[in-house]
Amino acid sequence: MNVTRGFTGRPRVHHPGLPPGQYDAGDDWPVLSAEVTPDLTPADWTFRIDGLVAEPRSWDWDEAHALPASVYEGDIHCVTSWSKFGVRFGGVSLDAFWDVVRPDASATHVVAYSHSGYTTNLPLADLTGGRAWIAWEYDGRPLPAEHGGPARLLVPHLYFWKSAKWIAGLRLLDHDEPGFWEQNGYHARGNPWEEQRYSGD
Amino acid sequence: MAPQTADAPQAADASHTPFTPPTRFAVPGRIAVSNRAAARWRTATLTEIRRETPRVSTFRFAVPGWAGHLPGQHLMLRLTAGDGYTAQRHYSLASPADDAGHIELTLDHVEGGEVSGWFHTEARPGDEVEVRGPLSGFFAWPGDRPALLIGAGSGVVPLMSMLRHHRLRALDVPLRLLVSARGPEELIYAAEYGAETTAVFTRRAPEGAPVGRLSAAHVAPVLAERPPGGWEAYVCGSNAFAEHASRLLVAAGQPVDRVRIERFG
Repeated sequence: MNVTRGFTGRPRVHHPGLPPGQYDAGDDWPVLSAEVTPDLTPADWTFRIDGLVAEPRSWDWDEAHALPASVYEGDIHCVTSWSKFGVRFGGVSLDAFWDVVRPDASATHVVAYSHSGYTTNLPLADLTGGRAWIAWEYDGRPLPAEHGGPARLLVPHLYFWKSAKWIAGLRLLDHDEPGFWEQNGYHARGNPWEEQRYSGD
Repeated sequence: MAPQTADAPQAADASHTPFTPPTRFAVPGRIAVSNRAAARWRTATLTEIRRETPRVSTFRFAVPGWAGHLPGQHLMLRLTAGDGYTAQRHYSLASPADDAGHIELTLDHVEGGEVSGWFHTEARPGDEVEVRGPLSGFFAWPGDRPALLIGAGSGVVPLMSMLRHHRLRALDVPLRLLVSARGPEELIYAAEYGAETTAVFTRRAPEGAPVGRLSAAHVAPVLAERPPGGWEAYVCGSNAFAEHASRLLVAAGQPVDRVRIERFG
């Protein structure tokens, strides 16, 4: 252990929800997109699931909102080391979409892609079982554009670069395919509890 | 407008042809860099502290084995307390690419900042910290194409790495810098700017200079230069500034897939 002379850190209370190497961002919610925020209205927004599924299809804003509403209340963690406790997102569980498209048994991975062209890869198993959402509300209000509004993917148990903003679709594959940051050295899965930040972690 | 996503072909689904999303907007391509060096933590020894402004200083480190970086890249820095508690942050590199075995970071003294507070009140030459990197090839500029740099506050730090790189290598490729600060006393690296730079002052300006935020009037003349191949734009600063500046660029005709943004919170 390389102790830094004179460094004590801020006063700390052990928070069981804080993964290693993370700090509590409090009320801050940093914005970390690399591209120009797209001017995407609910009327323009569409969401498609295709690839290795029985019934590929697209939803527009109203069609997606007709699915059963679902809320996520809990924590989120960014690879840049901030975490945010007790956030509340509203949207639809991805399980409601899976019920419609019915993934093939051969599907193992997903590429999530945005209306901005951003991509990120995930194991399909991380997007099932009530652990992933399409979210369009934050704290009871429409999700702000800079945070991915009108709608983003939400996978709160992984680092937040996996929760693609301005979500446009999911493509199911029988292999893993690195996305935008993953091609650039970030970890393929991104589990905050195992500090899977960069390739090789 | 019919979304292209509705027409995505399925033919390549099960093949190993990489998937390209049917996008309506575009993310600029990555600059290929090796991330192998980023996998390990290295000890960095503080060798020099230079005051830049009343709230900003530059910290120079010796880092044995540092393999160099591309201008615009950042690193992760870790401090460790006696009880094993660690704090880690991402910081942009300020130094040029060729400063072998050394790196420089320029840090704001953030109010209540756990890591920046240590740097501004405790750190002295000889102290050791840990770093891993360089990281991310997205906001990097290897010096290969015309660069239009727009920064505010400490957002100028990665852009200064690019400007220094441009000078040290005596590159011919056009480079312009628009830098915004609240006043002249808060302008980081003030003594280093030359004819390539336009400073914009939002609260207090030197005698005879206007006060106001970055506007279309600053961006238009640079875009009008139209260098061969067009500008690659790099925007860095607070999120509010990044939103403002990137929208100005797009409104003035800069292609959306030629705008790279680094946002500080």
